[in-house]
Amino acid sequence: MSKFNKKKSGDLPPVSTASLPDIVFMLLFFFMVATVMRDDEMLVENQLPAANQVEKLEDKNKLVNIYIGKPSASYQKTFGTTDVVQLGDKISRVEEVYNYVNTKRTAMPENLQDQMMVSLKVDRNAKIGVLTDVKQELREAQALKITYTSNQGDPMNNLKRR
Amino acid sequence: MARRAAPEVNAGSMADIAFLLLIFFLVTTTIEVDSGIVSKLPPKNDDPENVPQVKEKNIFQVLVNKDNQLLVEEEPMDIKDLSAAAAKFIDNGGGEGKNGCAYCEGDRNPDSSDNPKKAIVSLVNDRQATYNYYITVTNELVKAYTTLRNRAAKQRYGESYESMYARFKDTQEADKETPEYLELEKKLEVIRELYPRNLSEAEPQQAG
Repeated sequence: MSKFNKKKSGDLPPVSTASLPDIVFMLLFFFMVATVMRDDEMLVENQLPAANQVEKLEDKNKLVNIYIGKPSASYQKTFGTTDVVQLGDKISRVEEVYNYVNTKRTAMPENLQDQMMVSLKVDRNAKIGVLTDVKQELREAQALKITYTSNQGDPMNNLKRR
Repeated sequence: MARRAAPEVNAGSMADIAFLLLIFFLVTTTIEVDSGIVSKLPPKNDDPENVPQVKEKNIFQVLVNKDNQLLVEEEPMDIKDLSAAAAKFIDNGGGEGKNGCAYCEGDRNPDSSDNPKKAIVSLVNDRQATYNYYITVTNELVKAYTTLRNRAAKQRYGESYESMYARFKDTQEADKETPEYLELEKKLEVIRELYPRNLSEAEPQQAG
């Protein structure tokens, strides 16, 4: 008789979770490949604007990053609320751009030095004033290839949100 | 002596470990923006006397004031019309003789630019204008050049400048010696020559 009691029709077999690690690993690899570690800690607000006339930038090893924006909330006590320049991982004066760019350039392999590109990452609410000063410094330093790093998107959206 | 079979390792916690790593990567990384408007700064001019003289009619004056308002050729303008106005100016081709412009399709107004090689778009910003607005204006001006280049490239080679440029940029390192690549490079050079991007930013005024 027990032969017939064995299977109860209501019992669902448990869902196998054996493939769960595989799925998670797949996600993990995707994120590992798709993301780049930021090498500078952000000390300034840095929301990039959108533009549609953008080009893909050069390789990372040819880029020198300069950030401009308001100091982020925790640094406003020390640096105030006007726009500042961040070089590497510290907030600097505009006059230091010259040395910073030259140091970065000498650190590059020789065949890449003349392909160096300065990536200006400017917060969308920053004022032009500081940017103009930085550009003058870059001209002094003979770092003439620059790029205004921006997200791909409709530039008219920049003007709508404040 | 038969060796005892090694006990099977329990792989049940594998998912937990992978989850931990996954969450770590999710939190610590940001997808880096790798696109931008490429521009070139003019070299430093040590000799302020030796500034090249440009005719007034070959300059397209764009002013941005501190309230983010545009003044184009002394007329207030909405930013939506900027790109078209700039393209019209560059493509005017009002010159005669050797200053003429055979490929231009503009109005040939003698009071506007002679030809695209001479036409200069000059952008002057107030220091208090926001970067938001600045990048939008720059974007629109670059767009004017891109539109004209696209048109010229389509007429000559049947392909837009942008798609040719994208193809050029996407070429693998190994294919850079092929004749197709070199030809593409030459074509792009020709188009750039037709409509050079003469986008000038004024020297900052000394406060005084």
